[in-house]
Amino acid sequence: MNLSFFDQFTSPCLLGIPLILLSMLFPPLLLPTPGNRWITNRLSTLQLWFFHLITKQLMIPMNKTGHKWALMLTSLMVLLITINLLGLLPYTFTPTTQLSMNMALAFPLWLATLLTGLRHQPSISLGHLLPEGTPTLLIPALILIETTSLLIRPLALGVRLTANLTAGHLLIQLISTATTALLPIMPAVSILTTSILLLLTILEVAVAMIQAYVFVLLLSLYLQENI
Amino acid sequence: GPLSERRLMDVRLGELPAWLATCDLSPQGLLGGVQKAWSSYYDKYINVKRGGPAGISMLLAGYCLLSYGWNYQHISKISFLASV
Repeated sequence: MNLSFFDQFTSPCLLGIPLILLSMLFPPLLLPTPGNRWITNRLSTLQLWFFHLITKQLMIPMNKTGHKWALMLTSLMVLLITINLLGLLPYTFTPTTQLSMNMALAFPLWLATLLTGLRHQPSISLGHLLPEGTPTLLIPALILIETTSLLIRPLALGVRLTANLTAGHLLIQLISTATTALLPIMPAVSILTTSILLLLTILEVAVAMIQAYVFVLLLSLYLQENI
Repeated sequence: GPLSERRLMDVRLGELPAWLATCDLSPQGLLGGVQKAWSSYYDKYINVKRGGPAGISMLLAGYCLLSYGWNYQHISKISFLASV
């Protein structure tokens, strides 16, 4: 059977039982719940520091009503970052490479921000569709453009995350295939591709964290416009 | 002590079927067993005064091995020469 480079993205399955739920539930297991103690173990301390960092970063620009979203956004960020980083381990499956999962995360949350804005401050939310200072002749065109850019936001959120992670994983697989294929033939070129692979892995670690951050940051920005 | 009260590590190999018969195999029982196993692992390797990367690394290595096992059927069918 030929190796297809997209086989790594198939949903894991054992004897016909889909395992995607298990691979999505595994990341939260790595985050222990802090107990009743004042000084906890090193893992819990690190985890607490990290959560405080994320929450402060996300909540500082928001007004008081936006702080109700703190739990949602922080837990989303932590979920995405653990899933993305775990996917870089060998043989593991990354649920965020599936477009279905990312759309399921992006679409309801974007819709929630939109409906919150339309419900509580409809004029201001609709007012975002026309930037200040536009020439009068351009107004109809610009409203159409802004509406399109508004409606395409969930698609962009989902596809951005999927595409970045899928592309990264594919590149790693391609370059490592090239390295192992070249090793008996031209060892010098093989060393070059190994160094490229090392740099790529570092990039992928960065991309994994940055993409999670960008997803949540954009959602918080959409929330700030509407709340 | 009596067979039902001993932990898995203290049960001898010959007594294993008898021990399995005494333990609670309902969903709640299994979940309780998993919870107990996790908390004993957590308390032994992670929830310690001066823990290091070892506790979590063993978990991640176990996860990699588990994923390898899940994918084995698919991976074993790949012939390397065909992929070049």
